[in-house]
Amino acid sequence: MAILVYVENWDGRFKKLSFELVSFAHALAKQTGSTVTALSIGKVADEELMKLGTYGASKVFKAENDKLIGLVPSVFSTAVSQAANKENADIVILSNNFTGKALAPRISVKLKAGLVSGVTALPSGTDPFIIRKKVFNGKAFADVKIKSSKKVLTLSQNSFGLIESPVTVSLEPFTIDFNEKDIGIAIKETTKITGKVLLTDAEIVVSGGRGMKGPENWGPIEELAGLLGGATACSRPVSDEGWRPHEEHTGQTGKIIAPNLYIAAGISGAIQHLAGVNSSKCIVAINKDKDAPIFESADYGVIGDVQKVLPDLIKAVRDFKAES
Amino acid sequence: MKILICISNVPDTTTKIKFVNNNTAFDTAGVQWIINPWDELALTRALELKEANPGAIEKVTVIHVGSPASESTIRKALAIGADDAIRINAEPGDAFYVAYQIAEAVKNEKYDIVIAGIESSDYNGSGVGGMIAEQLGISSVSSVSKIDIENGNVSLKREIDGGSEAIGVTVPFVAIIQKGITKEPRIPSMRGIMMARTKSLKVIEPTVSESMTEFLGYSVPTAKSACKLVDPENMKDLVHLLHTEAKVI
Repeated sequence: MAILVYVENWDGRFKKLSFELVSFAHALAKQTGSTVTALSIGKVADEELMKLGTYGASKVFKAENDKLIGLVPSVFSTAVSQAANKENADIVILSNNFTGKALAPRISVKLKAGLVSGVTALPSGTDPFIIRKKVFNGKAFADVKIKSSKKVLTLSQNSFGLIESPVTVSLEPFTIDFNEKDIGIAIKETTKITGKVLLTDAEIVVSGGRGMKGPENWGPIEELAGLLGGATACSRPVSDEGWRPHEEHTGQTGKIIAPNLYIAAGISGAIQHLAGVNSSKCIVAINKDKDAPIFESADYGVIGDVQKVLPDLIKAVRDFKAES
Repeated sequence: MKILICISNVPDTTTKIKFVNNNTAFDTAGVQWIINPWDELALTRALELKEANPGAIEKVTVIHVGSPASESTIRKALAIGADDAIRINAEPGDAFYVAYQIAEAVKNEKYDIVIAGIESSDYNGSGVGGMIAEQLGISSVSSVSKIDIENGNVSLKREIDGGSEAIGVTVPFVAIIQKGITKEPRIPSMRGIMMARTKSLKVIEPTVSESMTEFLGYSVPTAKSACKLVDPENMKDLVHLLHTEAKVI
């Protein structure tokens, strides 16, 4: 028995979320008395693959194929299922990100395995298998029983963290058995956002709402985010108005994020917005309206005008950085 | 070309989430039910495509797995502009069950484009679209933020971590869509509401199948301790608290 983890790479590199998945799988393997095998698809250097051992993957399958450019859900899900079968794996784990959401449902059908997505913790029991997930956009949790013998899980990002459990890795080449005509989609062009911290990766996020009054006032938001090594975000009205790009919209229908620190400037905190950010470890709210609902969800609140408070905060952070 | 939109019936997004029966069931008392926001955007985009490609798109059908109680949500989809609707008369157990029912119901009908929302705002499963594609053995493209049809060719934009991709795909396929696919969901017009009453809503019985998962109980996140107010004149204090107390910077 083994637990199979699909580890995604970005231009040959793993991210924190890849290691988080392996950390989670290793903790689960200890609970069920099994081992962790990771599958990587695409060109990744052996040195990078070996890093997975730091978090507890004792075997790594390396699947390289020149025919596969970008994510092809039909073929990638076939690859994960074949690796799971080869390892006799009863649990398959992916991230609950775009890629995991694209692959997990197909794997679930292929393996006849019950799927629970957005898992937030280790199972409370493995026989029967009961695991917790987010529902109602983070407004509640549900404990879900998986009745099938095989299981597919997608893990909520930043819900488990990194745990080092170094093991020796055996690296094995893996051949995906598929028909080229199954590819079905053609990636014609890729546009990448460069030189910025990605919202979904960021440990710190500085976000602006309608209280910022207009796109011309975003300088302090960007400056503060830059200073803290974080990303910028916004509320829905802001992206709807076109003040900021849609990629920055956090909330129920936008991006769901869980950074360590979320700074909300001029955001009143509609329930739909909170749904996207309430898993953040620490929330700071800056708003001139003392009755704004955002203060109910915030850890720290500043009642004041963002135009004045933000420059002061930037200065205080700058001083702090200079001292430490 | 025929387009199928999978719709889910969910509580209004402003609903206060509460549970009953010793936290084993969602409290539906006083809940306003709506079309899942992503599915509503999918339907809107499908109608825009139909209007922009006269003759090329024959019809836009909505499909739903649910009890008679969800018919008002289906009627709303018809009022927005769907040509016809199918309701599979069963409780929507889990994503696997729903996807299986939909795949069985449409496998002989040959829809060219099947569209599902990337998740539903209630159970956040993100399962149905991909599962239908796998059941039907066709391509799927997930996190789609743009669909265009020109001279019968479909082009998509897919969001990826840190960017996007332009994708070409041949029908049939499943598009699993997210925000951005269209600006605003369409609101039913008076004429649309009148016409919806006469449109076909076909009710079919489910195929025997079982859910693979079961929701046992619910809990709400522990309430946050009261927000600590910091003097707006003293941002140094805030930075200090974030460093020493919250330990986030």
